[in-house]
Amino acid sequence: MAKGRVSIVVERCKACGFCVEFCPTHVLALSSAFNSKGYHPPHVVHPEKCSGCDLCGMYCPDFAINGTKVPQSGGGAK
Amino acid sequence: MLNILDDTANPVEPFLRGDRMPHIWCPGCGIGTTVNSFARALIDSKIDLESLALVSGIGCTGRVAGYVKLDSFHTTHGRAIPFATGLKLANPKLNVVVYSGDGDLSAIGGNHLIHAARRNIDLKVICVNNLIYAMTGGQTAPTTPSHATTSTNPYGTFEPAFNLPHLVEAAGAVYVARWTTFHVRQLARSISEAFQKKGFSFIEVISPCPTLYQRRNKMGDGLDTMKYYKERSKIKNGAPTSEVGLTLNGEIVVGKFVDRDRPDYQTMMRAQYVEILGERYIEESEMECVCG
Repeated sequence: MAKGRVSIVVERCKACGFCVEFCPTHVLALSSAFNSKGYHPPHVVHPEKCSGCDLCGMYCPDFAINGTKVPQSGGGAK
Repeated sequence: MLNILDDTANPVEPFLRGDRMPHIWCPGCGIGTTVNSFARALIDSKIDLESLALVSGIGCTGRVAGYVKLDSFHTTHGRAIPFATGLKLANPKLNVVVYSGDGDLSAIGGNHLIHAARRNIDLKVICVNNLIYAMTGGQTAPTTPSHATTSTNPYGTFEPAFNLPHLVEAAGAVYVARWTTFHVRQLARSISEAFQKKGFSFIEVISPCPTLYQRRNKMGDGLDTMKYYKERSKIKNGAPTSEVGLTLNGEIVVGKFVDRDRPDYQTMMRAQYVEILGERYIEESEMECVCG
């Protein structure tokens, strides 16, 4: 189970690609879909790799993405 | 159509005026990234938001004051530091942050910058340096590195650029650091540290301006600039600020350069008045307002 998950507000995205480039575990890619302003927002391609470090949220200049830690189910399950 | 998934968990959201989003900053601009680091620093330093005021001048970075849900103050061009000084003197308990660009702080308001550093007024200055006057169309700024092409120097600039950390250190700042928009966590830590300091703290953040600076100088877009920051920046904490000047496409020295202690303006003022006036001097906190 993934340690984290990513939330994306696609309408705020301006497709700068910072999150895709600097995600340490390469969870994201720019999608081929458009938002209403004509930008390609990122989408999650490897959800299982997300560590919830929130580096995407730190880099996003448009406040459109953030990562959160997912509480792991008891017994230290990975 | 793609839906809004979930934005409730974004830690920067409580600090933003959501009704003003999306902001006007260009795709690939780094100012939003610095706001992320600033918000993280506010969370980490557990600062009382009631005692915080953010002052900014004019320019792309000057718009931060309009986008944050804090007590903020969007002032006239170059005069962010004088307005902030007034705020601090009138209410010494306030934590006053000046959040502005290189043009506003070092060119139009350059005089105020050096004198605030000289007087050691207790301000936290965050200077987002995109190396150009961005909002007005990409004219040469005092921080533009030599040989860069701008709209007013189509054959390349030939003026030497300001080395801002060196300038403010020489003028008397107690805390001087420089980061780029690539160094988000270091920047957040630096801002938290500046909140612990009493005196004039100056943090320079090198930020991409893909629309005007990078495009005219054929440096690619915002992402290419971030990769350049990653490759060419070198962390040298405590480096002599005289050696950290920026060059076109050259190495960017980042880090915490100065961390020293010196009495701030209000401490010096109080000491002087107590010495001269003795018991006749009444602390501001002991004064009662009789203005009805």
